[in-house]
Amino acid sequence: MIPAAFDYVAPSSVEEALAALAQYGDEAKIIAGGQSLLPVLRMRLNAPEWIIDLRKIESLRGIRDDGDAIVIGAMTPHSVVGSDPLVQEHAALISKAVGHLADAQIRHRGTFGGALAHADPAGDLGAPVLCLGAEFVIAGSGGTRTVAADDFFIDLFETAIGDDEILTEVRIPKHTGWGAHYEKMVRVAHQWPIVSVAATVRMDGGTIAEARVGFANMGSTALRARGVEEAIAGQPASEDAVRTAAARAAEGTNPPSDLNGDAEYKNHVVGVLTRRALLAAAGS
Amino acid sequence: MTRITLTVDGAQVSDDVEPRLLLVQYLRERLGKTGTVIGCDTSNCGACTVHLNGTSVKSCNVLAVQADGGEVTTVEGLAQDGRLHPVQEAFRECHGLQCGFCTPGMIMQSIDLLNTNPSPSEDEIREGLEGNLCRCTGYHNIVRAVQHAASHGSSTAGATS
Repeated sequence: MIPAAFDYVAPSSVEEALAALAQYGDEAKIIAGGQSLLPVLRMRLNAPEWIIDLRKIESLRGIRDDGDAIVIGAMTPHSVVGSDPLVQEHAALISKAVGHLADAQIRHRGTFGGALAHADPAGDLGAPVLCLGAEFVIAGSGGTRTVAADDFFIDLFETAIGDDEILTEVRIPKHTGWGAHYEKMVRVAHQWPIVSVAATVRMDGGTIAEARVGFANMGSTALRARGVEEAIAGQPASEDAVRTAAARAAEGTNPPSDLNGDAEYKNHVVGVLTRRALLAAAGS
Repeated sequence: MTRITLTVDGAQVSDDVEPRLLLVQYLRERLGKTGTVIGCDTSNCGACTVHLNGTSVKSCNVLAVQADGGEVTTVEGLAQDGRLHPVQEAFRECHGLQCGFCTPGMIMQSIDLLNTNPSPSEDEIREGLEGNLCRCTGYHNIVRAVQHAASHGSSTAGATS
């Protein structure tokens, strides 16, 4: 399968990329690693006239410590994010989720920012960034602005990034010492989840002092499970307490019914996976 | 047309290409590197795996223009001075193939795995190769071949790209 013809430009700075976006407007599509976009182009589900490639913009790559947050450049490949010691120490949930994302080849090529900007509700990064309260730094012609994770995912494949804007980096508030687990249910290796649960917890002895829980593929965007979080906060990390809290997992979900199962099935599964994820994150 | 210049199996090449040209098409149709095969054409099967700038990629899911300025190693670039790469040798020794179609990608991904993890467990090998499908289901001998290569210290020998 071969994409429809397009013109190609690879600017060397964010400013040049923004100028190209302004010039080509609706006819243009940004390519980061291209691991989601290229299948779309090859199957001709989309046929932009221009492709703007960010690969030459070095400032968009890399991970740095910024005091109370770590900052991940949008063009940083998944494989780099997944093995980065800063991420492992301060945002373990991200490391765990990246390990389950697609396969090694795709992780070498696909980028952190690209996957989030693609906003596939079944993507593996949406739930973790919601859980960790990430902030998205978005550049436009008028400068940069920051969007909170809760406001970033709008709908299926739709984010707060404007047509004339570029995601440049993602700030992840440090969650040093928090336990983390990513529980992914798949039928086939290296595929999108049927349902995934991301969980990270701050322990105080045997008690779950705080918890953050998020879901992939349980609605048109990644979701936070605030009911579960409320129910488990201050509770012991016991099978019973976690089971009780996980019973609230399906609150506010709207999973797609598809060949993998109907919504009722997925609303059951998400509770099971939430229990497993919380117990694993708590180290029980 | 976009001008690209890159190194493929140690040789510098330069061509005008359509931006929509996939890297695997460029390798096979322009350079004649048909050792890299197209399996599924949907970025699932991994048969087209090559190394780009030192790490494995699925070359049906990369544009040739994205490889501009880069260094590509295909299965054809592994043997040195007529001697097979140790991972190629291990696949032969352990009969890590049946029909052989997935083999170029399996070998390239196995080398990538051993570059980052020189002594993988069986589970780590199976996970490391999860992006490569063998439709003959000949996985057992493929895993043995990687174990064989690991135990013979293959990761640092020969072309690792």
